[in-house]
Amino acid sequence: MTVVIDRTHSTPPDPKGSGPVSAAARARSSNKPPSGGLYKARAAIYPKLVHGRWRAIKWALMILMLGIYYVTPWIRWDRPGSLPDQAVLVDFTGRRFYFFDIQLWPQEVHFITGLLVMAALALFLVSALFGRLWCGYACPQTVWTDLFIYVERMFEGDRNARMRLDAAPWSFNKLWRKVGKHITWLAIGFSTGGAWIFYFHDAPTLLSDFWIGHGPMTGYLFAGLLTFTTYVFAGAMREQVCIYMCPWPRIQGAMLDSHSLQVTYRYDRGEPRGAHKKGSDWTGRGDCVDCKQCVTACPMGIDIRDGAQLECINCGLCIDACDEIMIKVGRPKALIAYDTDAAVEARAAGKPAVYKLVRSRTMFYAVALSIVSALMIWGLTHRSSLDLHVLHDRNPVFVRLHDGAVRNGYTLKIANRSFHDVEAIVAFEGAKGSILKTPGAKATGETITVSVPANGVEAVRVFVSLPSDSLTATNLPGAFIVRTPAETARVKTTFLSGAANPR
Amino acid sequence: MSKRESDEVTGVETTGHEWDGIRELDNPLPRWWLWVWYLSIAAAAVYWVLMPAWPGISGYTKGVLGQSDRVAVAGELAALKTVRGAQGAQLATASLEEIERDPQLLAYAQAVGQSVFGDNCATCHGTGGTGAKGYANLRDDVWLWGGKLEDIHHTIQVGIRSNHEAARQSQMPAFGRDQMLTASQISDLTEYVVALSRRPADRAAVARAAPIYQAQCIACHGPTGQGDQALGAPNLTDQEWLYGSSREDIHGQIWNGRGGVMPSWQSRFDPATLKALAVYIHSDAAGQ
Repeated sequence: MTVVIDRTHSTPPDPKGSGPVSAAARARSSNKPPSGGLYKARAAIYPKLVHGRWRAIKWALMILMLGIYYVTPWIRWDRPGSLPDQAVLVDFTGRRFYFFDIQLWPQEVHFITGLLVMAALALFLVSALFGRLWCGYACPQTVWTDLFIYVERMFEGDRNARMRLDAAPWSFNKLWRKVGKHITWLAIGFSTGGAWIFYFHDAPTLLSDFWIGHGPMTGYLFAGLLTFTTYVFAGAMREQVCIYMCPWPRIQGAMLDSHSLQVTYRYDRGEPRGAHKKGSDWTGRGDCVDCKQCVTACPMGIDIRDGAQLECINCGLCIDACDEIMIKVGRPKALIAYDTDAAVEARAAGKPAVYKLVRSRTMFYAVALSIVSALMIWGLTHRSSLDLHVLHDRNPVFVRLHDGAVRNGYTLKIANRSFHDVEAIVAFEGAKGSILKTPGAKATGETITVSVPANGVEAVRVFVSLPSDSLTATNLPGAFIVRTPAETARVKTTFLSGAANPR
Repeated sequence: MSKRESDEVTGVETTGHEWDGIRELDNPLPRWWLWVWYLSIAAAAVYWVLMPAWPGISGYTKGVLGQSDRVAVAGELAALKTVRGAQGAQLATASLEEIERDPQLLAYAQAVGQSVFGDNCATCHGTGGTGAKGYANLRDDVWLWGGKLEDIHHTIQVGIRSNHEAARQSQMPAFGRDQMLTASQISDLTEYVVALSRRPADRAAVARAAPIYQAQCIACHGPTGQGDQALGAPNLTDQEWLYGSSREDIHGQIWNGRGGVMPSWQSRFDPATLKALAVYIHSDAAGQ
């Protein structure tokens, strides 16, 4: 048995052995590598505009997602004191992340991790159920590429016009269309990068600072970087980003099975394909009239009739293109549709198609997603605004005093995540007669008071002394308790006294 | 080279090599990949021009940007000095108590003191300041020459039995080595000192030693053995022993009358550093 690994292209499945697919494979146009030569130039793709349900959903989602992206930094959110009034802000210099009523500190980065885990599981679940919906509708590469193709169409016309224009010699008409397109692309790229930096600074301040040259260097850098990447990725590279740069197409093979809904050419209905004359009989042939409208509509430049393949992003534009033709030739729609391999095979074998959304794989993803979501909600609703860390001095671990009492030093870090200053009362519990003192202070007592600023951390050194008659063991369990008017934090620690004997 | 053959499904030539039944298609690399490679080479060339890059016999290419990490570090150190200048000046003018009362100045003094302590004092007193046998523990509440901020500051300035004219001076006589007392008298005195620190002792020996203590020791250590910080005489009733607390240690100290030496640091450090050191030791020590 010899298996062939293809570096650049997936191998289309061959459901019927030497059936129509391998015939189609031989006929593939855009996917077929030219023979000879070490390097392959990109074959230009001229996707044709289609109209239909999936195209409409894609337009709607594009507007929605671009809207979210551009508007979010401008949402204001009142916070007390000098805190930023921006609803969503990644404050690197202040090391805080603000998201509406949620404020995350660096040590709470596990919430970000949790969010990423949720996103990954959601992606797995959606992929197992419905194929690469993310790639086709929501991925930024898809959204911006779609927008760039729209711009291209505005300047250069639809598929045929664009092909003619590219083939035509340079003229004023060609020049202004090309220049206009690239200027608009750059403008979109710049507004993309420009919107990005608003997430990291106060947007209104940055907007005015940016234009008068007072913005932060990183702001200009990232605005430029994203202008460049948006222009190159969505303008010049397009499907090559998905095919060569993105790891997801390689991973998706492990996410999909024969019950995943994917954009599928129903070969059981379409084959054998061939040109069809109006009025002639449909018996003895399939519904596919080989008009290649599905190919011309595809932004990835593939032929869906070759079966599921690496390049397919499941966007459904070929479905719309095919449906238009099916209506024209008077055949039922959905020759290409979101369908499963299992259903197509069942129909081909003359059996009824069964759709299984509930499978062990989808159940696993759903349960895992629910658990992580529940943990996230629990974590966010149960986190306190008071945080205490206790570090025992290492050198010396304890000091013996003249009367046999022993003193231990600790560093306490009291974090106040609330929006107002608090007075925290620190006490030590676990042994009788403990006396607390902080460096520089003359006074000692059973508690000490520490002022912790709003949205800040106060580090304080605390010395705890225990009288000799309390020293019943070389290490005594104890705990620090920090009380604010609203909350209490308790952290266990150890009081060390060694043998507590004179040297 | 092996014979070229084509893959059945795709019609693409294979590389002709086979690994455990797996063969690789010989598809061409995408052209953009080639361009990225060219761009990387161009970027490297630009870097050579801008930044130090090539070694030579008598130096290296400097690059038109003039980047030098040495110069950058020197600049940062100079900037640090200016930043510290303000607080350093504050440290020099503020009194010791004022430094301890101001939390920011205290934190700065502690940081300065800690680093100076680590470089100069830790040799004898240990990095944690707990000392060792014969070297004073600076973390506890026992001070031979006084544990107040001003006392500590003065001790650091003049040293103990140092060559400074105002040095802390005291002398414990070597009662045994100098034959001032007999061996049995020193054994009895040892029991007396053990009893002073409220530990079980030979009562007969304690009774025999009482008049000797009255005659020889009372001048410095006091009638009840409480010591005297003005003289640097240790308190014999507490539980802290500079030269050890065992009978052997106490006996040895009466016999040899040891006294340690601490250098004067006044000539070594500027006044601000001396203050920082005193504040660091005082604020981190117990009591007083």
